[in-house]
Amino acid sequence: MASDAAAVHSNSYETYLDYKGKHKGIFAWILSTDHKRIGILYMVALLSWFLVGMALGGLIRLELLTPGRTIVGPQTYNAFFTLHGVIMLFIFVIPGIPAVFGNFFLPIMIGAEDVAFPRINLLSWYLYIIGGILIILAIFLPGGAPDTGWTFYIPYSIRTSTNMIITLTAVFLLGFSSILTGLNFITTIHRLRAPGMDWFKMPLFSWALYATGWIQVIVTPIIGITLLLVIIERVFGVGIFDPALGGDPILFQHLFWIYSHPAVYIMAVPAMGVISEIIPTFSRRTIFGYKFIAYSSLAIALFGSLVWAHHMFAVGMSDSAEFIFSLLTFMVAIPSAIKVFNWTATLYKGSIQLDPPMLYSLAFIFLFSIGGLTGIIQGALSVDIHLTDTYFIVGHIHYVVFGTAGFGIFAALHYWLPKMIGKIYNMKTAKVAFWITFIGFNILYFPFFIMGWLGMPRRSYDYLPEYQVYHVISTVGSWIMISGILLMFYNLLKSVYTGKRVTERNLWGGETLEWTVPTPPPLTNFEKLPDVTVGPYEYKQNDIEVEEVK
Amino acid sequence: MSTQEHTAVAHLHRDDVRSRMGMWLFLFTELILFGGMFFLYAVYRFLHQADFHVAAKSMNILIGTVNTAILLTSSLTIALSIAALQNKKKILSLILQGITVIFGLLFLVNKYFEWSAEIHHGNYPGSPELISQSSGHILFFGLYYVMTGLHGLHVIIGMVVIMFMMRFTIKDVITPDHIVKLEAAGLYWHLVDIIWIFLFPLFYLIT
Repeated sequence: MASDAAAVHSNSYETYLDYKGKHKGIFAWILSTDHKRIGILYMVALLSWFLVGMALGGLIRLELLTPGRTIVGPQTYNAFFTLHGVIMLFIFVIPGIPAVFGNFFLPIMIGAEDVAFPRINLLSWYLYIIGGILIILAIFLPGGAPDTGWTFYIPYSIRTSTNMIITLTAVFLLGFSSILTGLNFITTIHRLRAPGMDWFKMPLFSWALYATGWIQVIVTPIIGITLLLVIIERVFGVGIFDPALGGDPILFQHLFWIYSHPAVYIMAVPAMGVISEIIPTFSRRTIFGYKFIAYSSLAIALFGSLVWAHHMFAVGMSDSAEFIFSLLTFMVAIPSAIKVFNWTATLYKGSIQLDPPMLYSLAFIFLFSIGGLTGIIQGALSVDIHLTDTYFIVGHIHYVVFGTAGFGIFAALHYWLPKMIGKIYNMKTAKVAFWITFIGFNILYFPFFIMGWLGMPRRSYDYLPEYQVYHVISTVGSWIMISGILLMFYNLLKSVYTGKRVTERNLWGGETLEWTVPTPPPLTNFEKLPDVTVGPYEYKQNDIEVEEVK
Repeated sequence: MSTQEHTAVAHLHRDDVRSRMGMWLFLFTELILFGGMFFLYAVYRFLHQADFHVAAKSMNILIGTVNTAILLTSSLTIALSIAALQNKKKILSLILQGITVIFGLLFLVNKYFEWSAEIHHGNYPGSPELISQSSGHILFFGLYYVMTGLHGLHVIIGMVVIMFMMRFTIKDVITPDHIVKLEAAGLYWHLVDIIWIFLFPLFYLIT
């Protein structure tokens, strides 16, 4: 495949960035059905929202610097942590990698010209944007920002006077957008693979997106109907969840977690796919256990959909239900560990280059291990009774969601952004930003485990003085991490405007198809449709051709 | 290597299998959406068997049965409209699509009278009569309005979709060779039908 690409000389093509369609200016973007432009549209929106979510997170930490009131009152604080959760989860990490990098690279990686349904792809971006606008409205309209926490637990979410209906509608639309993306990717992978690209020659990122697509399609409708029922409950008072009318709030929790637990895998599995691309590229080794990694994505999708009630061990389920959910929770650790072991085995005797994408990937493995193991701790019934609703779970969620999905997005940004825009960031600054972010992350979130173990309740506005030392450490960590992330964003943004131009196709020596097309990719991706004969990570066969391309 | 000829754009190449696959996946998400409510129905029926039993007796089986017959027949007419177009009978296909829309409308008119009667009897969410009843009774009617209401919304969406298909058929966007859009609309209409086939016994027949 690389030899074909090398035969066609570059610079004789129009990139997707230069392409002049029938629309001008911003409309050339927001009316474009090109998967690459939609990917960029998502990226701009997602990263802007990330900055908003991060600012809110920083404010939460600042408020908790001292017991009692520090900067805001309790109602504002409740709105802060609710919005931080809603924005970071539903607007940033759940669309996250699939919407940005999946859109941009999935078709290229499997040798297609676009996704299966380009117009539906654009529609899902619009639904995403409308969802985001509704969240903004929910903050500023009279009634006040939502204050229920991102879990919208009944009965408070049908009693509070804040703008719940708008918020729930927003999350409903974001879910719809997510379904359409998943549906699109599943169909793309089934129908649009290039000649010779059989299932086991697909890059692992495509496998991850395939598994994610199924999770999105299977579980997202459940949150859709659940939130719709809460809206109906608020408007008409039908009583399906309202205990005052005979409804059962615990059923809401079941339905909510039937979606929201697998949603963790909607966030994490694509990030694992990114890591499975970066690790072989930067250790110059064939990925160890290709099929195991591919199947473990599907296994995570399967087991992950059956463990939701471990979020509810303390609500009073039957012992046998708790036992089964606890056991299934432990079983998710198996496919997750398969991935971690395969990544580390890939590193073994590899020729490792510590470029920024690799640093983020190694951090990913480290943080995911801590996040995963603390998950196991809470999966144990007796321990969970002690840890439920404490900062331990807050630490766990941040290690898992931010440490994997968040760092996965950062890794993917450093790996693929130069390919997307044809300009490269400053390596040295990127490495400095990485270390600041990584160290700040651990200073920020690790104390959560300790104070959680000591009993500090989550979502609490006030706390006893003995917890203050941990809160102070954590808040200082938040300042370090935020400065690291701002430096990273500055570096990436600067590269967009004044970055060094790159024209070589294969920036990092990767072996997947996106490195065989020109940088930035042409409008229809390939000069001619690739005919795939070797697997995605076969460095020995392809090494020489890669050099030619460079 | 035979790829030289393939320089053409893969995504412009028509692929009906792809369109059908997308539609089936979408229908699957719709089933799960309703599945959430069927799950709630199952739990609450289990918890309040006697109340559900009594509440279901007050439903108007006649209207329910007529509506079932209407929807089943409309599924037949939309299927026949596809078959008609495949046999290049455009006018017949249009007439059958039109009949499907009219059946959908009849279904909604019946539903309107049924809901009005229930509301007249005070069986609507938040009414003083209903609140004074047992919680199983409240839940039965809560589920009844939500599930048939959401189903009715799908009937409306289906009717709008079929009206678009009629327009496409008139403008020859849908032709015997490019029939996948009409097939997808037909699948959607069958979904509406199938969900009703489950709603009917759950609310009217099991007493």
